[in-house]
Amino acid sequence: MAREPGKIVLTPEQQRRRRARSIAIALALGALVILFFIVTLVKGPAVLNRPL
Amino acid sequence: MSVMSEGAELAIGSTAASSCQPSSASVGDYIALMKPRVMSLVVFTALVGMILAPGHLHPVIGFTALLCISVAAGAAAALNMWYDADIDAKMRRTAHRPIPRGRITPGEAFGFGITLAGFSIALLGLLVSWLAAALLAFTIFFYVVIYTIWLKRWTPQNIVIGGAAGAFPPMIGWAAATGSISIEPCLLFLIVFLWTPPHFWALSLTRMDDYARAGVPMLPVVAGVEETRRQILLYSIALALTGATPWLLGYCGAIYGVTALLAGAAMIALALRLRGEREGKRAHRAAGRLFGFSILYLFAIFAALLVDAGISGQALTGP
Repeated sequence: MAREPGKIVLTPEQQRRRRARSIAIALALGALVILFFIVTLVKGPAVLNRPL
Repeated sequence: MSVMSEGAELAIGSTAASSCQPSSASVGDYIALMKPRVMSLVVFTALVGMILAPGHLHPVIGFTALLCISVAAGAAAALNMWYDADIDAKMRRTAHRPIPRGRITPGEAFGFGITLAGFSIALLGLLVSWLAAALLAFTIFFYVVIYTIWLKRWTPQNIVIGGAAGAFPPMIGWAAATGSISIEPCLLFLIVFLWTPPHFWALSLTRMDDYARAGVPMLPVVAGVEETRRQILLYSIALALTGATPWLLGYCGAIYGVTALLAGAAMIALALRLRGEREGKRAHRAAGRLFGFSILYLFAIFAALLVDAGISGQALTGP
């Protein structure tokens, strides 16, 4: 495969690891969304009440 | 020594050099960056602080608080590895960490640590308690700036003062459950604070050449083996007495009292044995044994607090 000047070409291993990292970030963000949803249900209207 | 030491210079230099290189880091490397084994002790002590606090905390909110505390511990560990990459590369115990091995660049570790720290503090504040979030932010600051950047390379008292960072989690757990701080979580703080020096000095006795090579002024390197053993014994006595204090003051029952007394006596006995073994493999083994037992000690007395509270059905409150 011809490499364009100034462009970085990832090795198959780097591509595999980047994909794994992307999936991990997506899962973490998804978990965060679910956590916010559940906490909102648990707290109800008190979700806006944040005592020190 | 300037605050911008060799560690940060190396980190910034490596970041610039590798900024245009594609990352080779795996998910496992990022998990290793969070020191998961250290995290387990932090989570356990925070959980105990939370459970022992008076009042009721919804399990989901409790889980959220623990998640934030564990992620913050991981963030602090990543920032520690970012700054200490130069030291880690020189020590056998830490040379396999992701940055010295070249799996993660210091810049990636820094970005990862800062992001996790920000998320964990904001999440704890928004969903649980702003007092707990403020304590969490201070703990990360204390571990990264006060201990890692300032004290670690400067004074043999580094882990004595820096140990406070590891002692905050039960207090944060308590604050998450109650929204306040009282004398009881301060006792838990004191136990972990006094536990840290004998724990780390026992480890440093077995890794003296590592610390000397890296130029870290750990007590055995600076003051010698004999002085370190004496200090370990003194701190072990102080720890055993402080460990028994919650029972002596009537905050908890006999199960905790017996556990704290027995574990404290064993800690002192191992420290005395370490003082008696002057040199050779037996001395090395005695230091390793004290290090191993110190971990068991902390787990045992915090577990005893839980069992005691579970049996009596009461929070950790005064007589």
